[in-house]
Amino acid sequence: MSIISLIIKREFIAKVRNKSFVVMTFLSPLLFVAIAGFIGYLSSMKAETKQIAIHDETGLFASDFVKQNKKDGEFKYLNLSEIDVKALKDSITKESFNGLIIIPKTNNLKDLETKIEYVSNNSPSIIFIEKTQNIIGEKITKLNLEKAKLDTLAIKKAQADVSIHLAKTSGEESLKGLNEIKIGIGGAFGYLIMMFIIIYGNMVMRSVIEEKTNRIIEIIISSVKPFQLMIGKIVGTSLAGLLQFLIWAIIGLGLMFAASAFFGVNVGPTAKIPPELMHSAQQEFSGSAQMYISELWNLPIASILIGFVIYFIGGYFLYSSFYAAIGAAVDNQTDSQQFLLPIIMPLILSVYIGFFTVVNDPHGTIAVVFSMIPLTSPIVMLMRLPFGVPWWQIAISVSLLFATFFLVVWFAAKIYRVGILMYGKKPTWKELYRWLKY
Amino acid sequence: MSNLLEVHKVVKQYGDYVALNEVSLNVPKGSIYGLLGPNGAGKTSLIRIINQITLPDSGEIILDGEKLQPKHVQTIGYLPEERGLYTSMKVGEQCLYLAQMKGLTKAEAKQQLEYWFDRLGIQGWWNKKIQELSKGMAQKIQFVVCVLHKPKLLIFDEPFSGFDPVNANVIKDEILALKEQGATIIFSTHRMESVEELCDHIALIHKSNKLIEGKLSDVKRQFRTNSFEVGILTDNVEGLMYDITQKFTVSPASFKSLNDDLKLDIQIGNATPNELLNILTQRGQVTHFVEKIPSVNDIFIQTVTENKK
Repeated sequence: MSIISLIIKREFIAKVRNKSFVVMTFLSPLLFVAIAGFIGYLSSMKAETKQIAIHDETGLFASDFVKQNKKDGEFKYLNLSEIDVKALKDSITKESFNGLIIIPKTNNLKDLETKIEYVSNNSPSIIFIEKTQNIIGEKITKLNLEKAKLDTLAIKKAQADVSIHLAKTSGEESLKGLNEIKIGIGGAFGYLIMMFIIIYGNMVMRSVIEEKTNRIIEIIISSVKPFQLMIGKIVGTSLAGLLQFLIWAIIGLGLMFAASAFFGVNVGPTAKIPPELMHSAQQEFSGSAQMYISELWNLPIASILIGFVIYFIGGYFLYSSFYAAIGAAVDNQTDSQQFLLPIIMPLILSVYIGFFTVVNDPHGTIAVVFSMIPLTSPIVMLMRLPFGVPWWQIAISVSLLFATFFLVVWFAAKIYRVGILMYGKKPTWKELYRWLKY
Repeated sequence: MSNLLEVHKVVKQYGDYVALNEVSLNVPKGSIYGLLGPNGAGKTSLIRIINQITLPDSGEIILDGEKLQPKHVQTIGYLPEERGLYTSMKVGEQCLYLAQMKGLTKAEAKQQLEYWFDRLGIQGWWNKKIQELSKGMAQKIQFVVCVLHKPKLLIFDEPFSGFDPVNANVIKDEILALKEQGATIIFSTHRMESVEELCDHIALIHKSNKLIEGKLSDVKRQFRTNSFEVGILTDNVEGLMYDITQKFTVSPASFKSLNDDLKLDIQIGNATPNELLNILTQRGQVTHFVEKIPSVNDIFIQTVTENKK
């Protein structure tokens, strides 16, 4: 058996046998589902109804608000225009109402646009304010139209509702909702890579530190090259990680099915939707689902999956070499913080870029540039892939990633080689640089 | 006698610091070779180069007639001073793993392990974890790991540290047995009495330079002071003192003796011991006459202090 595979095997077995690894593997999905269930439970609880008083001196708007009571459970509007403003304000301080909308008397509707007041003890949510503004705005628009003697019905008819049909030059048809799927897929893969790098990169680092503190390192590297040890460690740990991920996926899926079956039974009868309505809703749902599924197959699935594997391997190896080098340079975990920050930063940066820039403009300059830079490309490029990326960009990005990977492995191996034999003190950046020349 | 290991003008620098300055050594086949030197002299740097843990900046190393190369790690057994094992791994698995890294097959490793466990009386430890063992017990395991693959060259860095006297003796006997079987042993230590006892060759490294090398007896001859410890029973102390101080340098000595004799340290310079004896026997009854042989400890301290500047 070759030495590297021997090391891989040992690292894998050592990781898998570790008690905390076993516990984490089987407990995490349970925890995750428990948290998800708890959040679901919390959000399914009815929010407390908020009482909103309306003091409308114009008498134009109160009815529009009260109309909302039927469809809106969250807010209950009360028309209290008869009651003195001062008394209402007092009752708010005594918390009889959550808020008070004051619409002053005015002759000019234009004035109203800026003169309406909302009084409350706590600052209101943005959604509530927007909603209120909409209701009043619509009403004023309507009143203005009537005042100008325009036919509101005719205007409504004249308003166009445009829906653009998306198509690509390659002839494939495209759905608007598809972008959400693309973001979802790219985001999920990108996030997965980040999590994997952080969790298992750390594991590589811990295992390097362990060998250093055990002092076994000198025996081992009198038999094998530090480079072999480092590669064996990274591969062994990642195999253990993949196994853990696989178990998580299986348990997670199982629990999800179990949960949906459990809740599905519960939700059915309580919803009490008339059968015809249910039927049409189902049809609508299955219709759009079919559409989504068929569109899903139109995605460049092969290139996404191949891309995922390539970027996953490249990114993980790149980062875990950094982790291994850091582990070799320090004596204990606390000392590693200083060196970890510059590694975590590009990871977080790439997730942010992915979720903000790529989503807005998958082929914009920022997205393109960061999908080329090796430290961010595994995540950013993966998020771009579902939107279709020209092959030459992928080629540049992948070759840059792997070129950097080899460079970093070389550099990490040097730090590693010197670092594992240094005990007792925390090195500075300057010393790390000097080690490269030993 | 041919040399198993030859080190030719090896230089190693760490930044501006010179750890080894053109150090050359010849380790004869089948010898126990003491590598001595104060802390920070460069012993560990040299040992790491021989183990191919680090590479020399210049110079070359010949092992058994061949230039040192990666395959040679399988013919070297190394017991480092900083030792340790995977604490949460079982003894048996761990030894098998480390032996396989030295090129043994699993079956060979198992067979060798059983032999050694039996020999050292530690058969029951196979399924124990290192963290359940005492420090001394773990050291024994390490010794086994170091010799499992029947290396031609064994390098022990402070092998007796951490052992109680009984176990230190067991290990010492094993080292001697390995020598009998033809292994060559490099032995780095600060404990001079064990050098005295075990080594037949020594080298002294100080401040990155080799200062002394050779057969232990030759080195001692080189450091002999030509002085003798003398015990004599005499009535005429003044007369005796007069006679010998004419020719030799004399100083009082102290050693254990059953007689109520006069104890002297006499430096004979170029004269022969017989000349001294002639004078002594004329003046009284000689009860003690021994050449003062420098101990390795004396040589060590003398050389290191002389080269302090």
